[in-house]
Amino acid sequence: MNKKLRILVAKPGLDGHDRGAKVVARALRDAGFEVIYTGLHQTPEMIVTAAIQEDVDAIGLSILSGAHMTLFPNVLKLLKKQKATDILLFGGGIIPDEDKKVLYKSGIGKLFGPGTPTSEIVEYLKKYFKTE
Amino acid sequence: MTIIENNKDHANQILHRIYHRTSHAWRIGITGPPGAGKSTLVERLAIDFVKHNKTVGIVCIDPTSPFSGGAILGDRVRMSSLFLDPKIFIRSMATRGSLGGVARATNEVCDLLDAFHKDIIIIETIGVGQVELDVAGIANTTIVVLVPEAGDSIQTMKAGLMEIGDIFVVNKSDREGADRLTMEIESVLEMKNSQRTPPVLKTVATEGKGITDLYNCIMEHQKYLVSSGDFTKQKREKITSEIVELIDSKIKSNLWQNKKINSNLTLLVEKVIKGQQTPYHASEKLIKIWKNSRGVSR
Repeated sequence: MNKKLRILVAKPGLDGHDRGAKVVARALRDAGFEVIYTGLHQTPEMIVTAAIQEDVDAIGLSILSGAHMTLFPNVLKLLKKQKATDILLFGGGIIPDEDKKVLYKSGIGKLFGPGTPTSEIVEYLKKYFKTE
Repeated sequence: MTIIENNKDHANQILHRIYHRTSHAWRIGITGPPGAGKSTLVERLAIDFVKHNKTVGIVCIDPTSPFSGGAILGDRVRMSSLFLDPKIFIRSMATRGSLGGVARATNEVCDLLDAFHKDIIIIETIGVGQVELDVAGIANTTIVVLVPEAGDSIQTMKAGLMEIGDIFVVNKSDREGADRLTMEIESVLEMKNSQRTPPVLKTVATEGKGITDLYNCIMEHQKYLVSSGDFTKQKREKITSEIVELIDSKIKSNLWQNKKINSNLTLLVEKVIKGQQTPYHASEKLIKIWKNSRGVSR
Protein backbone atom coordinates (compact mmCIF):
# COMPACT_ATOMS: atom_id res chain seq x y z
CA MET A 1 0.00 0.00 0.00
CA ASN A 2 1.65 3.23 -1.06
CA LYS A 3 -0.99 5.86 -0.65
CA LYS A 4 0.02 9.28 -1.95
CA LEU A 5 -1.81 12.40 -0.90
CA ARG A 6 -3.32 14.13 -3.90
CA ILE A 7 -3.99 17.87 -3.74
CA LEU A 8 -5.80 20.00 -6.30
CA VAL A 9 -4.42 23.52 -6.57
CA ALA A 10 -6.72 25.88 -8.42
CA LYS A 11 -7.30 29.54 -9.04
CA PRO A 12 -10.98 30.35 -9.24
CA GLY A 13 -12.45 33.55 -10.53
CA LEU A 14 -11.02 36.39 -12.51
CA ASP A 15 -7.71 37.38 -11.02
CA GLY A 16 -4.70 36.32 -13.02
CA HIS A 17 -1.99 36.29 -10.40
CA ASP A 18 -0.95 32.67 -10.26
CA ARG A 19 2.57 33.06 -8.88
CA GLY A 20 1.41 32.21 -5.36
CA ALA A 21 -0.50 29.12 -6.49
CA LYS A 22 2.52 27.93 -8.47
CA VAL A 23 4.88 28.44 -5.53
CA VAL A 24 2.55 26.44 -3.28
CA ALA A 25 2.15 23.70 -5.93
CA ARG A 26 5.90 23.44 -6.21
CA ALA A 27 6.38 23.31 -2.44
CA LEU A 28 3.80 20.53 -2.13
CA ARG A 29 5.53 18.60 -4.90
CA ASP A 30 8.83 18.88 -3.04
CA ALA A 31 7.09 17.60 0.07
CA GLY A 32 6.08 14.43 -1.78
CA PHE A 33 2.47 15.25 -2.65
CA GLU A 34 0.88 14.66 -6.03
CA VAL A 35 -0.35 18.06 -7.08
CA ILE A 36 -2.99 18.46 -9.75
CA TYR A 37 -2.64 21.96 -11.08
CA THR A 38 -5.56 23.23 -13.14
CA GLY A 39 -4.53 26.78 -13.95
CA LEU A 40 -6.36 30.08 -14.08
CA HIS A 41 -9.98 31.21 -14.28
CA GLN A 42 -11.66 28.11 -12.93
CA THR A 43 -15.32 28.13 -11.99
CA PRO A 44 -16.41 26.35 -8.78
CA GLU A 45 -18.11 23.73 -10.99
CA MET A 46 -14.86 23.04 -12.85
CA ILE A 47 -12.92 22.75 -9.61
CA VAL A 48 -15.31 20.32 -7.98
CA THR A 49 -15.62 18.17 -11.12
CA ALA A 50 -11.84 17.96 -11.40
CA ALA A 51 -11.50 17.16 -7.69
CA ILE A 52 -13.91 14.25 -7.97
CA GLN A 53 -12.45 12.82 -11.18
CA GLU A 54 -8.97 13.02 -9.69
CA ASP A 55 -10.16 11.70 -6.29
CA VAL A 56 -8.07 14.28 -4.43
CA ASP A 57 -7.68 14.46 -0.67
CA ALA A 58 -7.73 18.25 -0.54
CA ILE A 59 -8.43 21.33 -2.64
CA GLY A 60 -6.32 24.45 -2.21
CA LEU A 61 -7.76 27.64 -3.65
CA SER A 62 -5.76 30.77 -4.25
CA ILE A 63 -7.90 33.90 -4.31
CA LEU A 64 -6.43 37.38 -4.50
CA SER A 65 -9.37 39.12 -6.09
CA GLY A 66 -11.45 39.77 -2.99
CA ALA A 67 -14.15 37.33 -4.09
CA HIS A 68 -13.34 34.81 -1.37
CA MET A 69 -16.68 35.26 0.40
CA THR A 70 -18.42 34.05 -2.76
CA LEU A 71 -15.99 31.49 -4.16
CA PHE A 72 -15.15 29.48 -1.03
CA PRO A 73 -18.82 28.99 -0.04
CA ASN A 74 -19.75 28.11 -3.62
CA VAL A 75 -17.10 25.41 -3.87
CA LEU A 76 -18.12 24.08 -0.46
CA LYS A 77 -21.78 24.01 -1.49
CA LEU A 78 -20.96 22.01 -4.61
CA LEU A 79 -18.84 19.58 -2.62
CA LYS A 80 -21.80 19.01 -0.32
CA LYS A 81 -24.10 18.54 -3.28
CA GLN A 82 -21.76 15.88 -4.69
CA LYS A 83 -21.44 14.25 -1.26
CA ALA A 84 -17.72 14.90 -1.39
CA THR A 85 -17.23 16.67 1.92
CA ASP A 86 -14.46 14.24 2.80
CA ILE A 87 -12.30 16.49 0.63
CA LEU A 88 -10.58 19.17 2.69
CA LEU A 89 -11.05 22.68 1.30
CA PHE A 90 -8.31 25.12 2.28
CA GLY A 91 -6.76 28.16 0.67
CA GLY A 92 -4.76 31.29 0.63
CA GLY A 93 -4.89 34.88 -0.46
CA ILE A 94 -5.64 38.28 0.88
CA ILE A 95 -8.45 37.52 3.29
CA PRO A 96 -9.29 39.84 6.23
CA ASP A 97 -9.49 38.26 9.69
CA GLU A 98 -13.23 38.91 10.11
CA ASP A 99 -13.89 37.09 6.82
CA LYS A 100 -11.66 34.23 7.90
CA LYS A 101 -13.77 33.76 11.01
CA VAL A 102 -16.92 33.43 8.96
CA LEU A 103 -15.32 31.00 6.53
CA TYR A 104 -13.80 28.84 9.30
CA LYS A 105 -17.22 28.61 10.90
CA SER A 106 -18.72 27.31 7.67
CA GLY A 107 -16.28 24.41 7.68
CA ILE A 108 -13.43 25.61 5.51
CA GLY A 109 -9.92 24.51 6.42
CA LYS A 110 -7.01 26.77 7.14
CA LEU A 111 -6.54 29.98 5.13
CA PHE A 112 -3.01 31.26 4.68
CA GLY A 113 -2.12 34.89 4.21
CA PRO A 114 0.74 36.65 2.41
CA GLY A 115 4.20 35.92 3.79
CA THR A 116 3.33 32.43 5.04
CA PRO A 117 6.36 30.12 4.71
CA THR A 118 5.40 27.24 2.41
CA SER A 119 6.64 24.82 5.08
CA GLU A 120 3.72 25.92 7.25
CA ILE A 121 1.25 24.77 4.58
CA VAL A 122 3.05 21.46 4.18
CA GLU A 123 3.04 20.89 7.94
CA TYR A 124 -0.65 21.74 8.15
CA LEU A 125 -1.58 19.19 5.48
CA LYS A 126 0.65 16.46 6.86
CA LYS A 127 -0.80 16.93 10.32
CA TYR A 128 -4.37 17.10 9.07
CA PHE A 129 -4.14 13.82 7.19
CA LYS A 130 -2.31 12.04 9.94
CA THR A 131 -4.77 12.92 12.68
CA GLU A 132 -7.83 12.49 10.52
CA MET B 1 -8.99 4.30 -9.68
CA THR B 2 -7.27 5.40 -6.50
CA ILE B 3 -7.44 1.84 -5.18
CA ILE B 4 -6.04 0.51 -8.42
CA GLU B 5 -3.17 2.98 -8.26
CA ASN B 6 -2.37 2.33 -4.61
CA ASN B 7 -3.06 -1.30 -3.83
CA LYS B 8 -2.16 -4.10 -6.15
CA ASP B 9 -3.99 -6.92 -4.38
CA HIS B 10 -7.33 -5.13 -4.23
CA ALA B 11 -6.78 -3.86 -7.74
CA ASN B 12 -6.49 -7.36 -9.16
CA GLN B 13 -9.76 -8.39 -7.53
CA ILE B 14 -11.59 -5.42 -9.01
CA LEU B 15 -10.02 -5.86 -12.42
CA HIS B 16 -10.87 -9.54 -12.47
CA ARG B 17 -14.52 -8.66 -11.89
CA ILE B 18 -14.79 -6.02 -14.61
CA TYR B 19 -12.68 -7.80 -17.20
CA HIS B 20 -15.61 -9.09 -19.23
CA ARG B 21 -16.72 -5.51 -19.80
CA THR B 22 -13.45 -4.20 -21.10
CA SER B 23 -12.99 -4.74 -24.80
CA HIS B 24 -15.23 -2.03 -26.09
CA ALA B 25 -13.11 1.15 -26.13
CA TRP B 26 -10.55 2.17 -28.74
CA ARG B 27 -7.34 3.23 -27.03
CA ILE B 28 -5.25 6.00 -28.49
CA GLY B 29 -1.77 6.73 -27.17
CA ILE B 30 -0.25 10.15 -27.67
CA THR B 31 3.45 10.47 -27.09
CA GLY B 32 6.29 12.82 -27.96
CA PRO B 33 8.93 15.08 -26.42
CA PRO B 34 8.08 17.65 -23.71
CA GLY B 35 6.36 20.74 -25.02
CA ALA B 36 5.39 19.17 -28.36
CA GLY B 37 1.75 20.08 -27.75
CA LYS B 38 0.42 16.70 -26.66
CA SER B 39 -2.08 18.06 -24.12
CA THR B 40 -3.47 20.67 -26.51
CA LEU B 41 -3.79 18.02 -29.20
CA VAL B 42 -5.62 15.74 -26.76
CA GLU B 43 -8.04 18.55 -25.92
CA ARG B 44 -8.81 19.18 -29.59
CA LEU B 45 -9.18 15.51 -30.40
CA ALA B 46 -11.51 14.95 -27.46
CA ILE B 47 -13.75 17.77 -28.68
CA ASP B 48 -13.87 16.15 -32.11
CA PHE B 49 -14.78 12.74 -30.70
CA VAL B 50 -17.57 14.23 -28.59
CA LYS B 51 -18.87 15.97 -31.73
CA HIS B 52 -19.07 12.53 -33.31
CA ASN B 53 -21.16 11.41 -30.36
CA LYS B 54 -18.48 9.42 -28.60
CA THR B 55 -17.70 9.37 -24.91
CA VAL B 56 -14.07 9.98 -24.03
CA GLY B 57 -11.78 8.98 -21.18
CA ILE B 58 -8.47 10.74 -20.88
CA VAL B 59 -5.51 9.51 -18.84
CA CYS B 60 -2.67 12.01 -18.66
CA ILE B 61 0.63 11.12 -17.12
CA ASP B 62 3.30 13.37 -15.67
CA PRO B 63 6.55 12.41 -13.98
CA THR B 64 7.05 11.76 -10.28
CA SER B 65 10.12 13.38 -8.78
CA PRO B 66 12.75 10.73 -8.01
CA PHE B 67 13.95 13.02 -5.21
CA SER B 68 10.80 13.92 -3.26
CA GLY B 69 8.29 11.40 -4.58
CA GLY B 70 5.98 14.31 -5.36
CA ALA B 71 4.60 15.33 -8.72
CA ILE B 72 2.99 18.25 -10.49
CA LEU B 73 0.22 16.96 -12.71
CA GLY B 74 -0.35 19.88 -15.05
CA ASP B 75 -1.90 18.46 -18.20
CA ARG B 76 -5.34 19.65 -17.13
CA VAL B 77 -4.23 23.25 -17.59
CA ARG B 78 -4.53 22.80 -21.36
CA MET B 79 -7.80 20.93 -21.16
CA SER B 80 -10.03 23.23 -19.12
CA SER B 81 -12.58 23.47 -21.92
CA LEU B 82 -13.34 19.77 -21.34
CA PHE B 83 -13.90 19.86 -17.57
CA LEU B 84 -17.65 20.22 -17.54
CA ASP B 85 -18.51 17.91 -20.41
CA PRO B 86 -20.29 14.93 -18.89
CA LYS B 87 -19.10 12.77 -21.79
CA ILE B 88 -15.47 13.32 -20.83
CA PHE B 89 -13.62 11.94 -17.82
CA ILE B 90 -10.07 13.09 -17.16
CA ARG B 91 -7.68 11.42 -14.75
CA SER B 92 -4.11 12.54 -14.08
CA MET B 93 -1.51 10.01 -13.00
CA ALA B 94 2.05 10.30 -11.74
CA THR B 95 4.66 7.82 -12.95
CA ARG B 96 5.65 6.82 -9.37
CA GLY B 97 8.95 5.37 -10.48
CA SER B 98 7.91 3.74 -13.76
CA LEU B 99 10.39 4.50 -16.51
CA GLY B 100 8.44 3.67 -19.66
CA GLY B 101 6.66 7.00 -20.07
CA VAL B 102 3.42 5.87 -18.43
CA ALA B 103 2.39 4.99 -14.87
CA ARG B 104 2.43 1.38 -13.71
CA ALA B 105 -1.33 1.17 -13.47
CA THR B 106 -2.10 3.05 -16.70
CA ASN B 107 -3.43 0.01 -18.50
CA GLU B 108 -5.62 -0.90 -15.53
CA VAL B 109 -7.08 2.62 -15.26
CA CYS B 110 -7.87 2.39 -18.99
CA ASP B 111 -9.65 -0.91 -18.31
CA LEU B 112 -11.80 0.84 -15.73
CA LEU B 113 -12.71 3.65 -18.12
CA ASP B 114 -13.49 0.98 -20.68
CA ALA B 115 -15.76 -0.84 -18.23
CA PHE B 116 -17.54 2.46 -17.61
CA HIS B 117 -18.37 2.54 -21.31
CA LYS B 118 -16.07 5.17 -22.64
CA ASP B 119 -15.89 4.72 -26.43
CA ILE B 120 -12.51 6.34 -26.80
CA ILE B 121 -9.64 6.38 -24.32
CA ILE B 122 -6.80 8.79 -24.91
CA ILE B 123 -3.54 8.16 -23.07
CA GLU B 124 -1.12 11.03 -22.93
CA THR B 125 2.40 10.04 -21.90
CA ILE B 126 4.96 12.16 -20.10
CA GLY B 127 7.25 14.12 -22.38
CA VAL B 128 9.44 11.31 -23.71
CA GLY B 129 12.95 10.99 -25.03
CA GLN B 130 13.87 8.11 -27.29
CA VAL B 131 13.13 4.96 -25.34
CA GLU B 132 10.00 5.51 -23.22
CA LEU B 133 7.78 3.39 -25.42
CA ASP B 134 5.44 1.53 -23.06
CA VAL B 135 2.37 3.33 -24.38
CA ALA B 136 2.57 1.33 -27.60
CA GLY B 137 1.80 -1.81 -25.62
CA ILE B 138 -1.35 -0.23 -24.18
CA ALA B 139 -2.79 1.69 -27.11
CA ASN B 140 -4.48 0.37 -30.25
CA THR B 141 -3.36 3.44 -32.17
CA THR B 142 -0.13 5.17 -31.19
CA ILE B 143 0.40 8.75 -32.30
CA VAL B 144 3.88 10.27 -32.14
CA VAL B 145 3.88 14.06 -31.92
CA LEU B 146 6.99 15.96 -33.00
CA VAL B 147 7.75 19.64 -33.55
CA PRO B 148 9.83 21.33 -36.29
CA GLU B 149 12.71 21.83 -33.84
CA ALA B 150 12.98 18.06 -33.33
CA GLY B 151 16.32 17.77 -35.06
CA ASP B 152 17.86 16.69 -38.33
CA SER B 153 17.48 13.60 -40.45
CA ILE B 154 19.75 11.51 -38.24
CA GLN B 155 17.32 11.91 -35.35
CA THR B 156 14.49 10.53 -37.46
CA MET B 157 16.58 7.50 -38.36
CA LYS B 158 17.27 6.49 -34.79
CA ALA B 159 15.61 3.56 -33.13
CA GLY B 160 12.86 3.85 -30.56
CA LEU B 161 10.23 6.53 -30.81
CA MET B 162 10.23 6.51 -34.60
CA GLU B 163 9.32 2.82 -34.63
CA ILE B 164 6.17 2.86 -32.54
CA GLY B 165 4.04 5.44 -34.35
CA ASP B 166 0.95 4.34 -36.27
CA ILE B 167 0.42 7.99 -37.09
CA PHE B 168 2.99 10.80 -36.98
CA VAL B 169 2.06 14.39 -36.27
CA VAL B 170 4.24 17.42 -36.90
CA ASN B 171 2.62 19.90 -34.54
CA LYS B 172 3.30 23.65 -34.47
CA SER B 173 3.63 23.24 -38.23
CA ASP B 174 3.29 26.98 -38.79
CA ARG B 175 6.90 27.19 -37.68
CA GLU B 176 9.93 27.05 -39.91
CA GLY B 177 11.21 23.59 -40.74
CA ALA B 178 7.86 21.79 -40.59
CA ASP B 179 7.93 20.77 -44.28
CA ARG B 180 11.49 19.56 -44.04
CA LEU B 181 10.75 17.46 -40.94
CA THR B 182 7.61 16.02 -42.54
CA MET B 183 9.59 14.93 -45.59
CA GLU B 184 12.34 13.43 -43.46
CA ILE B 185 9.88 11.40 -41.42
CA GLU B 186 8.14 10.24 -44.57
CA SER B 187 11.37 9.10 -46.18
CA VAL B 188 12.34 7.12 -43.09
CA LEU B 189 8.92 5.49 -42.90
CA GLU B 190 9.07 4.48 -46.56
CA MET B 191 12.14 2.39 -45.81
CA LYS B 192 10.11 0.40 -43.31
CA ASN B 193 9.21 -3.02 -44.55
CA SER B 194 5.53 -3.27 -43.77
CA GLN B 195 2.18 -3.35 -45.49
CA ARG B 196 1.07 -0.03 -44.11
CA THR B 197 3.12 3.15 -44.15
CA PRO B 198 2.15 5.40 -41.25
CA PRO B 199 0.81 8.75 -42.40
CA VAL B 200 2.55 11.99 -41.43
CA LEU B 201 0.24 14.92 -40.65
CA LYS B 202 0.81 18.58 -40.04
CA THR B 203 -1.19 20.26 -37.29
CA VAL B 204 -1.38 23.52 -35.38
CA ALA B 205 -3.16 22.27 -32.28
CA THR B 206 -3.67 25.69 -30.68
CA GLU B 207 -5.67 26.80 -33.73
CA GLY B 208 -7.33 23.44 -34.33
CA LYS B 209 -5.68 23.06 -37.74
CA GLY B 210 -5.31 19.51 -39.04
CA ILE B 211 -7.37 17.93 -36.26
CA THR B 212 -10.07 16.65 -38.63
CA ASP B 213 -7.35 14.96 -40.72
CA LEU B 214 -5.94 13.39 -37.59
CA TYR B 215 -9.39 12.15 -36.58
CA ASN B 216 -9.85 10.59 -40.02
CA CYS B 217 -6.42 8.94 -39.85
CA ILE B 218 -7.27 7.37 -36.50
CA MET B 219 -10.50 5.98 -37.96
CA GLU B 220 -8.62 4.63 -40.99
CA HIS B 221 -6.03 3.00 -38.77
CA GLN B 222 -8.78 1.36 -36.74
CA LYS B 223 -10.37 -0.02 -39.90
CA TYR B 224 -7.00 -1.22 -41.16
CA LEU B 225 -6.16 -3.01 -37.91
CA VAL B 226 -9.46 -4.82 -37.83
CA SER B 227 -9.53 -5.82 -41.50
CA SER B 228 -5.88 -6.88 -41.72
CA GLY B 229 -6.16 -9.12 -38.67
CA ASP B 230 -3.46 -7.12 -36.88
CA PHE B 231 -6.02 -6.25 -34.25
CA THR B 232 -6.31 -9.87 -33.17
CA LYS B 233 -2.53 -10.14 -33.20
CA GLN B 234 -2.26 -7.00 -31.05
CA LYS B 235 -4.78 -8.43 -28.62
CA ARG B 236 -3.00 -11.76 -28.38
CA GLU B 237 0.32 -10.06 -27.63
CA LYS B 238 -1.28 -7.83 -25.05
CA ILE B 239 -3.01 -10.63 -23.18
CA THR B 240 0.19 -12.69 -23.21
CA SER B 241 2.23 -9.87 -21.72
CA GLU B 242 -0.50 -9.15 -19.19
CA ILE B 243 -0.42 -12.71 -17.92
CA VAL B 244 3.37 -12.78 -17.88
CA GLU B 245 3.49 -9.54 -15.92
CA LEU B 246 0.95 -10.76 -13.38
CA ILE B 247 2.96 -13.91 -12.81
CA ASP B 248 6.21 -11.93 -12.58
CA SER B 249 4.86 -9.69 -9.88
CA LYS B 250 3.24 -12.57 -7.98
CA ILE B 251 6.50 -14.52 -7.97
CA LYS B 252 8.44 -11.47 -6.95
CA SER B 253 6.24 -10.59 -4.00
CA ASN B 254 6.03 -14.24 -2.97
CA LEU B 255 9.82 -14.45 -3.06
CA TRP B 256 10.52 -11.33 -1.04
CA GLN B 257 7.83 -12.03 1.52
CA ASN B 258 9.56 -15.29 2.35
CA LYS B 259 11.26 -14.86 5.73
CA LYS B 260 13.85 -17.53 5.05
CA ILE B 261 14.96 -15.72 1.92
CA ASN B 262 15.30 -12.40 3.68
CA SER B 263 17.26 -13.75 6.64
CA ASN B 264 19.56 -15.70 4.35
CA LEU B 265 20.01 -12.64 2.17
CA THR B 266 21.36 -10.69 5.13
CA LEU B 267 23.73 -13.55 5.99
CA LEU B 268 24.97 -13.94 2.43
CA VAL B 269 25.59 -10.19 2.02
CA GLU B 270 27.95 -10.37 5.01
CA LYS B 271 29.69 -13.37 3.46
CA VAL B 272 30.19 -11.46 0.20
CA ILE B 273 31.66 -8.53 2.12
CA LYS B 274 34.10 -10.88 3.88
CA GLY B 275 35.12 -12.32 0.54
CA GLN B 276 33.75 -15.80 1.30
CA GLN B 277 31.05 -15.63 -1.33
CA THR B 278 30.23 -13.90 -4.63
CA PRO B 279 26.90 -12.23 -5.45
CA TYR B 280 26.45 -14.77 -8.28
CA HIS B 281 26.76 -17.79 -6.09
CA ALA B 282 24.70 -16.14 -3.37
CA SER B 283 21.80 -15.55 -5.73
CA GLU B 284 21.87 -19.18 -6.88
CA LYS B 285 21.80 -20.30 -3.28
CA LEU B 286 18.82 -18.08 -2.46
CA ILE B 287 16.84 -19.42 -5.39
CA LYS B 288 17.58 -22.95 -4.22
CA ILE B 289 16.38 -22.09 -0.71
CA TRP B 290 13.22 -20.60 -2.16
CA LYS B 291 12.49 -23.63 -4.30
CA ASN B 292 13.01 -26.00 -1.37
CA SER B 293 10.83 -23.95 0.94
CA ARG B 294 8.00 -24.18 -1.58
CA GLY B 295 8.48 -27.85 -2.21
CA VAL B 296 9.34 -27.10 -5.82
CA SER B 297 12.12 -29.23 -7.16
CA ARG B 298 13.48 -29.98 -10.54
